[in-house]
Amino acid sequence: MYYLPNIFFIIIMVFGFSLFAKNIKKLIRNVKLGRDIDRDDNVSERWRNVLTVALGQSKMTKNPIAGVLHIIVFAGFIIINFELLEIIIDGVFGTHRIFSFAGGLYSFLINFFEILAFLVIVSVVVFWIRRNILRISRFHNPEMKGWAFKDANNILYIETLLMSAFLIMNAADFNLQQLGAEHYTLTGSFAISKFIAPMFSGMSETSLMVIERGAWWFHIIGILFFMNYLYWSKHLHILFAFPNVFYSKLQPKGELDNLESVTNEVKLMMDPNADPFAVDAGGEEEMGKLGASDVLDLNWVQIMNSYTCTECGRCTDVCPANETGKLLSPRNIMMKTRDRIEEIGKIVDKKGKFEDDGKTLLNDYITPEELWACTTCNACTEACPVQNDPLSIIVDLRRFLVLEQSAAPTELNMMMTNIENNGAPWQYSIADRLNWKDEDTKA
Amino acid sequence: MYVPTMAELTAEGKKPDVLFWVGCAGSYDERAKKITRAFVKILNAANVNFAVLGTEESCSGDPAKRAGNEFLFQMQAMTNIEIMNAYEVEKVVTACPHCYNTIKNEYSKLGGNYEVVHHTEMLQQLINDKKLTIEEGEYTGKKITFHDPCYLGRANDVYEAPRSLINEMEGELLEMASCKADAMCCGAGGAQMFKEAEKGDKEVFIERIEDALETKADIIVTACPYCMVMMTDGLKYKNKEEELKNYDIAELIEQTLKL
Repeated sequence: MYYLPNIFFIIIMVFGFSLFAKNIKKLIRNVKLGRDIDRDDNVSERWRNVLTVALGQSKMTKNPIAGVLHIIVFAGFIIINFELLEIIIDGVFGTHRIFSFAGGLYSFLINFFEILAFLVIVSVVVFWIRRNILRISRFHNPEMKGWAFKDANNILYIETLLMSAFLIMNAADFNLQQLGAEHYTLTGSFAISKFIAPMFSGMSETSLMVIERGAWWFHIIGILFFMNYLYWSKHLHILFAFPNVFYSKLQPKGELDNLESVTNEVKLMMDPNADPFAVDAGGEEEMGKLGASDVLDLNWVQIMNSYTCTECGRCTDVCPANETGKLLSPRNIMMKTRDRIEEIGKIVDKKGKFEDDGKTLLNDYITPEELWACTTCNACTEACPVQNDPLSIIVDLRRFLVLEQSAAPTELNMMMTNIENNGAPWQYSIADRLNWKDEDTKA
Repeated sequence: MYVPTMAELTAEGKKPDVLFWVGCAGSYDERAKKITRAFVKILNAANVNFAVLGTEESCSGDPAKRAGNEFLFQMQAMTNIEIMNAYEVEKVVTACPHCYNTIKNEYSKLGGNYEVVHHTEMLQQLINDKKLTIEEGEYTGKKITFHDPCYLGRANDVYEAPRSLINEMEGELLEMASCKADAMCCGAGGAQMFKEAEKGDKEVFIERIEDALETKADIIVTACPYCMVMMTDGLKYKNKEEELKNYDIAELIEQTLKL
């Protein structure tokens, strides 16, 4: 009987972590369903980006209020999780505050954690107000209805509960210390929980222990729950942001990749020595599908982008198309990509491999109308705090529409015909290309 | 105005220091042609040894690529690269940020490796090298706002060259609420120039001209032929084309130098 809590603790820890590992493995598998892309170059620059953009959150602070509050929550969560180490040891061995032998250092650390926990609660409250009372517009675009909106608030509630449990546990602990309860090592009062402690004074030792143990168990089970909640949540960014930033595009923002299969074909076409009658049967297949119609035609970085997106909407907020009432929302491009890869992941779970389900990312999730509204201005990629690249997905889908389906808007087809015929997007003669030099009206 | 072509110079056994890539807008668009001439006059004044491709130039392929037509883009790119490489071009200057971006970033992987500069960067370099001197003039003390072209700014991180030129003319630079890396697009990039906008509640260029008008500047300056079209449309829409003027930086310098 004595060891029951320890065994129970070990069971839930193993259960929580295995479930988490299983889901993470599934996520990695889904990411790897994407096409290959080489992003292993310039490793030092990539690590520098991880330090500044991911860890240092350099792009978050563009919006100073949200940025600073986010850094507090982020730092709070990372640092307070060191507490987890003590919780695990205590839980497994049935000890209580195993590290308290460190005396002054221990008190300092717990005080520090408490202040952080308090700041996290304050930040989370401000976040909640911004989202629900001030109703900042980017949190209320059409794609934010339903689960996306609930998810955002759920995260805030869970964070508040976890931090509160930590503070309540310490407050009850302090009262127990005062009563000289067995096992409760004297640590003195703590910075924040000392303001909660008086609420529990006068309570019996048993009630206090129920509160203290209750908060302790709530805290650890809460952490395990939250960890496993990530899989279904936009909050997944706390893990994915790091690899996502590492593997992000390093080239100038304006540079789009050149399709290699097209390069080979064009070179062949332009080579005067190439034999036009050489065996080229099934040339189409050789080239493979051009552009993307479904999520499996995207590369794995683009799929990882979709899992990393935390739906903050900074991209959509600065998108010129969205700002002027068009259907396009770069955030929605990311969200739809994630929805689709999740759906494909489920098919793979069931059947062992992907089998056509009659749906595609293009049309069923993202419409051509959205795609054609993009000005490729890169405002979205500039705004994204985790270096997502919705523009690359838009361009890949456009490529499929144009190269595989010849489905460009009529005016664009005219523009392209002009380029083919006379080397300019307008219908002017090549012979007139230098006319400007003799048209100086002022001279 | 002295505008040699690569073919002419080669026939004379000469080689220019830099190829001026005029671009389709600079060659055919009435408004952009003025910018082309302004820039050539400055090049002449600074004794720059340049040449153009003339009728051998063809669309860089930018609108085709961004519309999704990778085939057409690469056909254009490889044709252009073949010609430029045949002339042993080493340096390219252009007044079009779209051509600039494409030739600089996307041609290199297809065999076209050149030092590519935007005309604002080159003008700044000419001033630094004392080949061009700008003193006070028409634009001294004038309120000027600068619209960052996406393909110059965000796409390639060129923010200072155009601003320093406004500074050289001692104009009073008034920044728009969104500028530099946060600048709003004019609405013409990504092949939008050639099509009607999708259904929405406003044209992008109207939103952007409102940003410009808010600065209370007298002159709206940009450095891209597409942005120029959009700003002009915006001023027309707001019935402000009489009160406010919009120019390319090269034109301001042309006027300051009275070329």
